[in-house]
Amino acid sequence: MKAFLILEDGTVFEGTHIGADKEVISEIVFNTSMAGYLEVLTDPSYAGQAVCMTYPLIGNYGICREDMESRKIWPDGFIVRELSRIPSNFRCNATIQDVLCEYDIPGIAGIDTRALTKILREKGTMNGMITTHEPTDLELIKEKLKAYTVGNVVDIVTCEQKYSLKGSSDLSENGPISGSAKYTGEKEMRPSLVRALNGAGKKVVLLDLGAKDNIARNLVQRGCDVTVYPARTSAEEILADQPDGIMLSNGPGDPKTCTVVIENIKKLYESNVPIFAICLGHQLMALATGADTYKMKYGHRGGNHPVKDLATGRVYISSQNHGYVVDMERLDPSIATPAFVNVNDGTCEGLAYTGKNIFTVQFHPEACPGPQDSGYLFDRFIQMMEVEKDA
Amino acid sequence: MPKNPNVKKVLVIGSGPIVIGQAAEFDYAGTQACRSLKEEGVEVVLVNSNPATIMTDKNIADRVYIEPLTVKVLEQLIEKEKPDSILPTLGGQAGLNLGMELEESGFLKSHNVTLLGTTATTIKKAEDRQEFKDTMEKIGEPCAASLVVENVEDGVAFTNTIGYPVVLRPAYTLGGSGGGIAHNQAELEEILENGLRLSRVGQVLVERCIAGWKEIEYEVMRDSAGNCITVCNMENIDPVGVHTGDSIVVAPSQTLGDKEYQMLRTAALNIIDELQITGGCNVQFALHPTSFEYCVIEVNPRVSRSSALASKATGYPIAKVAAKIALGYTLDEIKNAITGKTYASFEPTLDYCVVKMPRLPFDKFITAKRTLTTQMKATGEVMSICNNFEGALMKALRSLEQHVDSLMSYDFSEYSVEDLKERLQIVDDQRIFIIAEAIRKGMDYETIHDITKVDIWFIDKIAILVEMEQELKNSNLTVELLKEAKRLEFPDSVIAKLTGKSETEIRQMRYDNGIVAAFKMVDTCAAEFEAATPYYYSVFGSENEAVETRPEKKVLVLGSGPIRIGQGVEFDYCSVHATWAFSKAGYETIIVNNNPETVSTDFDIADKLYFEPLTPEDVENIVRLEKPDGAVVQFGGQTAIKLTESLMKMGVPILGTKAEDVDAAEDRELFDKILEETGIPRAAGGTVYTAEEAKEVANRLGYPVLVRPSYVLGGQGMQIALNDAEIEEFMAVINRYAQDHPILVDKYLQGKELEVDAVCDGTDILIPGIMEHIERTGVHSGDSISVYPAPTISDKVRETIAEYSRRLAKALHVIGLINIQFIAMGDEVYVIEVNPRSSRTVPYISKVTGIPIVDLATEVIIGKKIRDLGYEPGLQPRADYFAIKMPVFSFEKIRGAEISLGPEMKSTGECLGIAESFDEALYKAFLGAGIDLPKHKQLIITVKDADKGEAIEIGRRFEKLGYTIYATRSTAKALKDAGVAARKVNKIQQESPTVMDLLLGHRIDLVIDTPTQGRDKSRDGFLIRRTAIETGVNCLTSLDTANALLTSLENGKKEKLNLIDIATI
Repeated sequence: MKAFLILEDGTVFEGTHIGADKEVISEIVFNTSMAGYLEVLTDPSYAGQAVCMTYPLIGNYGICREDMESRKIWPDGFIVRELSRIPSNFRCNATIQDVLCEYDIPGIAGIDTRALTKILREKGTMNGMITTHEPTDLELIKEKLKAYTVGNVVDIVTCEQKYSLKGSSDLSENGPISGSAKYTGEKEMRPSLVRALNGAGKKVVLLDLGAKDNIARNLVQRGCDVTVYPARTSAEEILADQPDGIMLSNGPGDPKTCTVVIENIKKLYESNVPIFAICLGHQLMALATGADTYKMKYGHRGGNHPVKDLATGRVYISSQNHGYVVDMERLDPSIATPAFVNVNDGTCEGLAYTGKNIFTVQFHPEACPGPQDSGYLFDRFIQMMEVEKDA
Repeated sequence: MPKNPNVKKVLVIGSGPIVIGQAAEFDYAGTQACRSLKEEGVEVVLVNSNPATIMTDKNIADRVYIEPLTVKVLEQLIEKEKPDSILPTLGGQAGLNLGMELEESGFLKSHNVTLLGTTATTIKKAEDRQEFKDTMEKIGEPCAASLVVENVEDGVAFTNTIGYPVVLRPAYTLGGSGGGIAHNQAELEEILENGLRLSRVGQVLVERCIAGWKEIEYEVMRDSAGNCITVCNMENIDPVGVHTGDSIVVAPSQTLGDKEYQMLRTAALNIIDELQITGGCNVQFALHPTSFEYCVIEVNPRVSRSSALASKATGYPIAKVAAKIALGYTLDEIKNAITGKTYASFEPTLDYCVVKMPRLPFDKFITAKRTLTTQMKATGEVMSICNNFEGALMKALRSLEQHVDSLMSYDFSEYSVEDLKERLQIVDDQRIFIIAEAIRKGMDYETIHDITKVDIWFIDKIAILVEMEQELKNSNLTVELLKEAKRLEFPDSVIAKLTGKSETEIRQMRYDNGIVAAFKMVDTCAAEFEAATPYYYSVFGSENEAVETRPEKKVLVLGSGPIRIGQGVEFDYCSVHATWAFSKAGYETIIVNNNPETVSTDFDIADKLYFEPLTPEDVENIVRLEKPDGAVVQFGGQTAIKLTESLMKMGVPILGTKAEDVDAAEDRELFDKILEETGIPRAAGGTVYTAEEAKEVANRLGYPVLVRPSYVLGGQGMQIALNDAEIEEFMAVINRYAQDHPILVDKYLQGKELEVDAVCDGTDILIPGIMEHIERTGVHSGDSISVYPAPTISDKVRETIAEYSRRLAKALHVIGLINIQFIAMGDEVYVIEVNPRSSRTVPYISKVTGIPIVDLATEVIIGKKIRDLGYEPGLQPRADYFAIKMPVFSFEKIRGAEISLGPEMKSTGECLGIAESFDEALYKAFLGAGIDLPKHKQLIITVKDADKGEAIEIGRRFEKLGYTIYATRSTAKALKDAGVAARKVNKIQQESPTVMDLLLGHRIDLVIDTPTQGRDKSRDGFLIRRTAIETGVNCLTSLDTANALLTSLENGKKEKLNLIDIATI
């Protein structure tokens, strides 16, 4: 069946329909990761958006459900150049077509994804429609597209109730170490950490703003006991649990729409509990402390962005997915200073909070998809909790 | 970290002659690195024995030494030039080994020279089998169970504990020389013994066989601050068991999920970090196909063939960045030249699919085993880019120039399903065609996968191509079907064949329906940033993004495709120089080529690079868009010449010598007419198409005769026939492929072979010099030792050659380059052949005479006259140096290849010996080719009857040098009768001790074996020659070469060589 992708600027791409049979309007973004499409599809930060993969061959290794980063698929639509006819992987237990239908997500294949990417790069992120109806009244559609906004999607993606995860007990003295022969030959993934810190006994609150599962997994792997809270949980309730540390997760949408969460974070900031925040969490902490965020032209979405740790000068390749960024020009150094910057465009990639046990990053140290180079930040968080506890 | 201010003068080591496993990729890497160093104001001293390379040009380095790559030479060079640093990581394994030896001996330290780019500790950790294993164990990266052994017994004992099959890898060899898989004790003993001998340190790794696992590679960069990135990962379609150089490789990996991808990526970064590599590095993994288990296969702590491929596949200039890192820069300080916006610390991301295919030499060595193993056999490779895998594969196939344009090009339709199952077990260069046939016969994916271990994703892609073949054959050609066939990169010719239409009809149908190629950009970032570099590939069914330019003048330079025997890096040298010269003259330049190992496919050589197959249709796609003012074909070898007619049909003017004149040189009758008119004699001969006609001509001329196809390079298919039976045999070989052109049969003249390369402007001719071949006629010029200036010819011959060259160039209306080969018998000069184009000797003669003939040829093509360029026409005065070009072979890599020299070229590379005296030049040339004698002062002589007389003199000279001579029965008798002490040794099937025992005893310096004619593989001579090669003994098959070697030996070992800076010539 034919399908069409219509952009706000009137561009129409004709392709083949994939996934669920329905029409959607969404914000169109592109992701440059060459692998990890399932992790992208299940990243709650894509709620309210339709994702175009720039790598043209998608679905080659099928779907391995255990790799899902959350309970469902979040993007409104999926845009690919070519969907593999057969999947090939020893763990594969579904196809992209299966899961798109299962979660009622439409998509389009067979379009020139590079041409689409160039449009988004040049004109900036814009809204679009995926439909199987040949567009007749383009003006009318454009009106509809212009009216669309992502809105406050955090409330949609966050968990309904709090739940707890027990820290892994399978730890050596210094935490998990990769590469030991006992993992080889099994269908289980070897932990990708080279040498991680042991966080056994630490109580961590994870505020779920649309968290990818691998954030909690990273903490649990290090032995932490993690309690996941819905986004709108009050600061009082969180602090009443007396956590050793608080994690603010990634999440979708414009940070400025999360007014309630920002108010709560203000209180968390004052609490002196060590805080580590990722992506949306990082932006909300900035907003809560008087800084500003703005929407980028087309964002950073992919697994190849270099970020520089300003404390050490080291550069790490990071996994990224954000359309908004903290304005570095308007930081108050008595509150926060840049800790990481993007090597390519110099934008803010992380903040260190002055006089506080708080650090936040724009990129995704939990990877999945993408490089695992910055996983050491979870260790830094554990160290921070350690120090605070000793004090 | 900014540049290290202490680095002011750097010695860069090249990789030496092109051999299998170490080819043009190091010219590419070295050239890029030298330019990168010069950009930083560093003085570059370059040493490389290979004169065909671009890196040995005086505009690439400040000081250029084309000298043998030995420790002694390097020590003398360091003493002479006093560099403060040495960069050994760009010259392949050869360069790295030299750097290591200099460091280990303490020479670098005592001369205050710093090893850049890496440390000796790092090299040792990566290269020494045991240290590598220990290092991997330390950081928890798994390796296959293995043991380093130094003798056969230990190897057998260890294998008994881990079980067969095992893989054997000798330490410190290149291209996996001497390695292999042993399935039983007999095989183990054979391979192990050989490997122990070939290893520089006498060590071989015996390893658990992980054949059949996925083979995945990562190219990694690391700087001195410890920042690491991966440039690219690659997946071999042929699973572990086939050397990655011989595998079909795809980038990025296709069948890995993010979990596997990141697991291996993290492992690669851990490894490079532990090894503390600064620069580029290649990590190879074996990944179990049904689990997360993996093993590290090996690490190359230097730029490599794979890194050249990764550079071209992504647009990320690995060698350039590696050179900057060596100077102290960190990745975040180095700008990405493609985008101009991002930095070298940005990992490339692809939005297309790259396929690399090896160019294997089995068309040259028809007796050789076609099986692919862990020992590399490919001489070169092609790369193709498309936005789907099927298309990339189809493009790669036709880029190979091996009469292949689809998966139907080898016909296995006669095979039954059972035959195919059997045949699939054999891992050779035709396996992909067998898989296609198996799919045609309905074999299911699982069966094919079980036998071949090729991932079913790839099998399905092959199936998609097969289904398209069948659909084209069986259904109506609709516009939709045509669109899809083109998306999968079926060439018009194949669609025409399958649909029963003509190619013109298909093309018309395409144009009528707007089905035309679009060009996309390789930009390192999947369009995330605007890229500044026009590096393009074609696709169908997408939007074109190649920017149309309308400069005043625009020229299309056609490259020479994959490196193969007969068409090597020399032609890339010519293409690149022509491009630079056109650029200097104000032209916009466009290069079309498909070889990832070359300098010409570097994105900053021409104004635009099209990475495309060199077929008429692919070139036409570019022509339609670019509308060049002209095309130049005379620099790209036969690959480019073959496109002449098609280009003219497209309406593109051929710049330089006209196509009809090229034809006149190749067409027997036209050429004979020209010779008659110009009064130049040649050997009598005739043109034929069939064996019958050939026999008729041969009998009329009288045997021996020379049989060869026209329009080929490197004497492909050329043979000397002694009788009717041989004519039949050779004609059958030539006619295996449809011949568009006639076959030439000439009377064989035995004399001195001479060669010139010249530039002609239509009126005047400039001849830089005359080269004389040491081997008499009958040995292909590319395999002969070539001496400039010609040492033994009379002034009369010299004048005659200059005059004949002038007449021929004029008669053929040559504008640009011409190469002519002559035979001199006494003072009589005959012409053998004329090639109105660049030749293999162009870089060599340019460098040793200091006359830049490609640049001059380009100027002439543009319309300048030789006189305007500051040169006096005619034969130029002799240089003050003797420069000897020595062929280098890779016979040890190709099992079963006949090594005896003949009219068909067999060498893969060359090196140069340059000195003020002939003797020193000859010594250097032999040394550069790896012939460093004497060692044990023992040799074996076995010659055919006709050569016995000459052999006596040779024997006498060796005796005088103190050599013990062994000879087979009749040779021994001839020697003894003439008073030369020779020990008789038995032939192979006779009782011990035989020739074989002697060779296997490893006490022999040299074998001189002149073969009786014919290609009978079972003959003694063949076995002796193969054994010599495989046991690492030098083997000469021409008495002329033997005489030259003797001359060199008689002059003794030169302790102190006079090193010559080519840049001063």
